[in-house]
Amino acid sequence: MSDIPVSTPINPMLGDNMQQATLDDRNNIPNAGHGGHTVIEEATQDKVKATEKNKTVGKPLCDNPKIEVRDVSVFYGEKQAVFGVDLDIAKNEVIAMIGPSGCGKSTFLRCLNRMNDTVDTCRVEGSITLEGQDIYAPKLDVVPLRAKVGMVFQKPNPFPKSIYENVIYGPKIHGLASRRSEMDEIVETSLRKAGLWEEVKDRLHQPGTGLSGGQQQRLCIARTIAVSPEVILMDEPCSALDPIATAKIEELIAELSQNYTIAIVTHSMQQAARVSNRTAYFHLGKLIEVNDTQLVFTNPDHELTEAYITGRFG
Amino acid sequence: MNNSDSMSVAERVEKNLAKRYRAEKRFRIFGMISVSIGIIALIGLFTQIISNGAGAFFQTYVKLDITFDADELGISDPTDPDQLMIGNYDGIVRDALRERFPSVTKRREKRDLYSLVSIGASYRLQSDLRQNPQLLGTTQTLWVLADDDVDVYFKSREDEPFIGRLNDLQVEWIESLAKSNELKTKFNTIFFTSGDSAEPEQAGILGALLGSLLTLLVTLLLSFPIGVAAAIYLEEYAKSNKFTDFIEVNINNLAAVPSVIFGLLGLAIFLNFFNMPRSIPLVGGFVLTLMTLPTIIISSRAAIKAVPPSIRQAALGMGASKMQMILHHVLPLALPGMLTGAIIGMAQALGETAPLLMIGMVAFIVELPGSVADPATVLPVQIFLWADSPERAFTERTSAAIMVLLAFLITMNTFAIWLRKKLERRW
Repeated sequence: MSDIPVSTPINPMLGDNMQQATLDDRNNIPNAGHGGHTVIEEATQDKVKATEKNKTVGKPLCDNPKIEVRDVSVFYGEKQAVFGVDLDIAKNEVIAMIGPSGCGKSTFLRCLNRMNDTVDTCRVEGSITLEGQDIYAPKLDVVPLRAKVGMVFQKPNPFPKSIYENVIYGPKIHGLASRRSEMDEIVETSLRKAGLWEEVKDRLHQPGTGLSGGQQQRLCIARTIAVSPEVILMDEPCSALDPIATAKIEELIAELSQNYTIAIVTHSMQQAARVSNRTAYFHLGKLIEVNDTQLVFTNPDHELTEAYITGRFG
Repeated sequence: MNNSDSMSVAERVEKNLAKRYRAEKRFRIFGMISVSIGIIALIGLFTQIISNGAGAFFQTYVKLDITFDADELGISDPTDPDQLMIGNYDGIVRDALRERFPSVTKRREKRDLYSLVSIGASYRLQSDLRQNPQLLGTTQTLWVLADDDVDVYFKSREDEPFIGRLNDLQVEWIESLAKSNELKTKFNTIFFTSGDSAEPEQAGILGALLGSLLTLLVTLLLSFPIGVAAAIYLEEYAKSNKFTDFIEVNINNLAAVPSVIFGLLGLAIFLNFFNMPRSIPLVGGFVLTLMTLPTIIISSRAAIKAVPPSIRQAALGMGASKMQMILHHVLPLALPGMLTGAIIGMAQALGETAPLLMIGMVAFIVELPGSVADPATVLPVQIFLWADSPERAFTERTSAAIMVLLAFLITMNTFAIWLRKKLERRW
């Protein structure tokens, strides 16, 4: 990408007490393969008041985003769950979404591969583009979209089939492998990438549900990466796991972030701090603040973010 | 006055505990009593049926020296099928009987004597002669089928002899035959190899068994796929609106509609409107399909609902299409539950009489049905027909037919349960 700083329009949601500053944020997004960014930084030490600003603070946008989310609102019937979110997700970054329960972060995540389609009453407004392509275009088929944007769920949900069949299911339905040798290779590389190969190589044809919770979740990750997605969405992938299994998954996320763009929703702020480059804080369906993870946890701009990370609610 | 005040909490709990134990024990005893009543009723039913019906599995035969006399038979060429057809086999049986009881001379007595042997005996002689033409002119010692009254008398001789339609003279002859071991019982193969007959000793259950089999085959082949497809559509595809609510209410109501109504519907639609033949298993299967569909749809929908949503999400998240999700994940997991519904539906269909009466499957049919378009009757209707017959020998055949029906049911259910267990791979 070009090294010439590309100027991003000033986020209109920012208040008067903010001013524009240019930073080289290559250090802030270590895996982002972009050049310079024009970002907005808070100039004063004052926190943005919850009552006074309704707009995202921090730097929700970036250059050359993998996923570009503009003014996305999600409704469940009459009830609005997500309010006008603008967010960019850069290539090969890990973005964590945190916030109190019911803040819309999971709903938002599920918009990114249209998993919300399965809910009859759910309606999405605004635009989400994946590499410039509108994923909510009426003619778009969700099948290739979901092959590109994989998802790992909160509860490990391997299919009630063998480990081998679990991993090969995606490639099979997408027609990525037909010969046995190809399949074997995909299964092995996927399981290796998910750090599960050594543990299961002798029992590939045993049920996937016979594994421990952490292994099951890694199997689900292996299953997701078997179709070589570009983006992996993770919806609280560790909330059903013990600390050791969680540590393994987190390690895995760090490894995967070299090749994949990862968006992770988590309830654990420590986890967000450990695994992500950027952190987005959601509150009551609004995207309150997005910034480099380090900044969010050390020096949040918004008082709601601060309240949350300091444990005043959540 | 109020001694609960004086007691400590522990004491009060202790006192209450005894009461709770008693209540618990009572509750358990109620359960045991209910189960015992069920078991006693079942044992009673089975002893009754088996003790009544066991006799039907054995049939009495009379030993006779039969001369295949060419003149008496009126057959000159035993290889000619036409001559074989019209041969006077009754005549040679009568000759043999007269020879055995030479003292019988009066016309009426002769008639009584002849009635000791079933008219089925002559068919048997005909087929013997057809298979072995050399028999013509020889005398053979054969065991021929006895009449049903002889059969009933002989089998109940040890305990309380039942005389019924036999007169004293006939009883005397039977006793004489029995004494000289010229009567014996053999396993009743006729019962298992032939269709219905007006003569109890020649009546068999096979026709009804085949009729039931064909009818159920049609029912299963139609109702299971249709029921499962309807359930999948309603659960997975149909938008929930007033119309689908209406359909759902109707399906639930149909499950409770008396079966005879379905018979009337079948009569009106299949017989009167489409002019299909009466008494055939195909139409019977159609009618029973209508009757079992609600059961299968309801249980299939419940089975589909019970598939964990996480599995659906996993499949969709992998990029499976809706159809792939259903075929690869939902259906395999829901199939055991769907089969349970099918078992219940089929068992219900097997025992059903009323709707089949309406479409004429109650007819007296001797021929064995060879296809779904041949007239047939079914097991429960056969039981109903026999139970209605005056001959004493039909009483035991009724019970025997019930045993066959139960055996059919148990076999069918065992197979279905085995199939379900095999498919039930809930890892």
